Amino acid sequence: MTTDPTAPGSAPDLLYSEEEDALRAAVRALLADRADPATVLAGLESETPYDTGLWRALATDIGAAGLLVPEALGGQGASAREAAVVLEELGRAVTPVPYLTSAVLAVTALLGCDPAAGEPAGLLAALAAGRTVGVLAVPLPTAPDGAAFEGVRAAADGTLTGRVTSVADAAAAGLLLVPAQGPGGPALYAVEAASDGVRTDTVTPLDLTRPLAHITFDGAPGRLLATGDRARTAVAHALLTGAGLLASEQLGVAEWCLAETVRHTAQRTQFGRPVGSFQALKHRMAALWLEVASARAAARGAAGALATGGPDAPVAVAVAQAYCAPVAVHAAEECVQLHGGIGMTWEHPAHLFLKRAKTDEIALGTPGRHREALAGLVDLAAP
Amino acid sequence: MTDAEDLRRRTAELLAAHPPATTAPLDFLRARFDAGLAWIHYPEGLGGLDAPRALQPVVDALLADAGAPGNDPGRNGIGLGMAAPTILRYGTDEQKRRFLRPLWTGEEVWCQLFSEPGAGSDLAALATRARRVDDGWVVDGQKVWTSGAHQARWAILLARTDPGLPKHRGISYFVCDMTAPGVDVRPLRQITGEAEFNEVFLTGVAIPDTHRLGEVGEGWQVARTTLMNERVAIGGARIPREGGMIGLAAADWRARPALRTHDLHQRLLTLWVDAEVARLTGERLRQQLAKGQPGPEGSGMKLAFARLAQQISGWSVEFLAEDGLTYDDWMLRRPESVDFTGRQAGYRYLRAKGNSIEGGTSEVLLNIVAERVLGLPPEPRTDKDVAWKDLPR
Repeated sequence: MTTDPTAPGSAPDLLYSEEEDALRAAVRALLADRADPATVLAGLESETPYDTGLWRALATDIGAAGLLVPEALGGQGASAREAAVVLEELGRAVTPVPYLTSAVLAVTALLGCDPAAGEPAGLLAALAAGRTVGVLAVPLPTAPDGAAFEGVRAAADGTLTGRVTSVADAAAAGLLLVPAQGPGGPALYAVEAASDGVRTDTVTPLDLTRPLAHITFDGAPGRLLATGDRARTAVAHALLTGAGLLASEQLGVAEWCLAETVRHTAQRTQFGRPVGSFQALKHRMAALWLEVASARAAARGAAGALATGGPDAPVAVAVAQAYCAPVAVHAAEECVQLHGGIGMTWEHPAHLFLKRAKTDEIALGTPGRHREALAGLVDLAAP
Repeated sequence: MTDAEDLRRRTAELLAAHPPATTAPLDFLRARFDAGLAWIHYPEGLGGLDAPRALQPVVDALLADAGAPGNDPGRNGIGLGMAAPTILRYGTDEQKRRFLRPLWTGEEVWCQLFSEPGAGSDLAALATRARRVDDGWVVDGQKVWTSGAHQARWAILLARTDPGLPKHRGISYFVCDMTAPGVDVRPLRQITGEAEFNEVFLTGVAIPDTHRLGEVGEGWQVARTTLMNERVAIGGARIPREGGMIGLAAADWRARPALRTHDLHQRLLTLWVDAEVARLTGERLRQQLAKGQPGPEGSGMKLAFARLAQQISGWSVEFLAEDGLTYDDWMLRRPESVDFTGRQAGYRYLRAKGNSIEGGTSEVLLNIVAERVLGLPPEPRTDKDVAWKDLPR
């Protein structure tokens, strides 16, 4: 492309490179082998929050946890485009691993701190290697422009007090990155999850594949990572990156739902013909296909804008979230409906995708929040 | 293989031999055609150089910079987009020599005589008859929704040559002289008040056999080439952010704060997102084509475009409130080319209703996506192996 990919209104490369295709193939093969729907379903009713062996294979062996981390800091030095491909595959399999939370949100927050400083660099290396799972301690619904520093107060010695609700993958995390109001304003702290003064109460989540917990800090020891504008920008950029890449996960969820629905309706026979031959059904699936094809362009647009780091990224992310979140929900709802009775059973995995899609719709800003953000970004002011 | 450097040289030679400032436009266009710089991917001697189509912008940009006249492609969309590729693929050498040059220069405008009152979505059911006579054919029937018929010199025509065969097999493809006796063109006024289209009545129209494209009875296969090119043409244009109708709606919103309501704001933002995503989807399709990896997304783009145009124009009429009650004028115009965004909101709203009907209804396109892209089983068909004359009508 000869156009400037950072100029508003132009479009970045929306295709997949050969390297991205290879990465996708590796992740897909791993998930097919270790995390098919029956395995995921069985794992959800066990006591372990996620499959540590699967996480090691994805994060460490494939190196997916370090995609966003520069090579000098122990990562792969790739970009949001590659992480988006991983998330598409994780969405297609509703895999319960802390990838979005640790390898995207926590990593991006740390990169926004001074990565040359010793503390963030060391933490990044541990996250990139998949040795540590980290989470950014914000409620999952927090939008990129949302209030992230409200729940916790920090004393001058770094002691944290307060509560953050509905933090995704908190129970799996060894490292908590905690936005807090410090003595001099907003600041970001690192807290070991196992410290005294940290209590994690798990929530019964709508989406069992992305566990939630409330975290209470009662005099927990925090290590200062960033303050003031740097802290604010680090957290906001992490949320923006998370929201933009969540669109790729939503694309993956929608893709699986459409493919499974087409497969089922082409085989299921009623009234003497495959139900997928009825126009009333095939038109719904064709309309969904168009939505999924469009969601792919929107999600790639967001990943590309985040990868190039241009000023258009907030618009591209808001567009992708506003569009892809409802597409994933629509696809999952159609999947349940067009499967008929089997779609309503616990045994069939459709419900896992429905629950993930509905949760993802709330995560990192609802579609309405992202449209409101757009109103400001593209000069379409409210009345 | 012709490369960009070679094209630049040939273009410079053309400009030197025929300076646009002192050459009549038609003479320049003819010279450009003869130099192989009209459509460079066409064969040598037929306006091209057998060069890669992707290099055409090299020529176009140099000619535009030099102030050279264009061939006004909007005036002859059917000719350039549909008739020409079909003639190139199925025409005889004599047909190619006769038709392509004046088609490209715009001297001869083309129209398309396909749809009939009884054959819309089910085009293959068409009833216009071509009967064999000594030196050719005599055609009788009625065609409809023919844009440009009142300006056209030639038409591409589908007619039934054997009613005893199943419908797809008894059709032949002709070039029809629109000035021939028995061709009667009448304006077809539409809901916008204007008449872009025509009804064409064919009564005993003589067509020489040398104006048949493809074999007798193979008209349907030939028509598929034509229709394939129609879809490519529809999905083709590149637009900037806020290009097209959404830009007009956004401009109205910014200019008329007194008319803003919360409900209209929410809907505008949703439409803005949909329009931007449709733009990105089209852009992704173009990137795939440029890489030589065409995707099936093209089949869906027209669906998205039609729905968006209808929703956005409907929003605009509602937003404009008292102004939305008015219409610019109902005069029966005969526009030379259609501009979906060229008139006020009421016109845009009414004209957009055609977007989900013309060039394949949205319902038929959904069937095509479902069956050809998703591989869903077809509906049972009762008309495929029955002689056309025995089908219920």
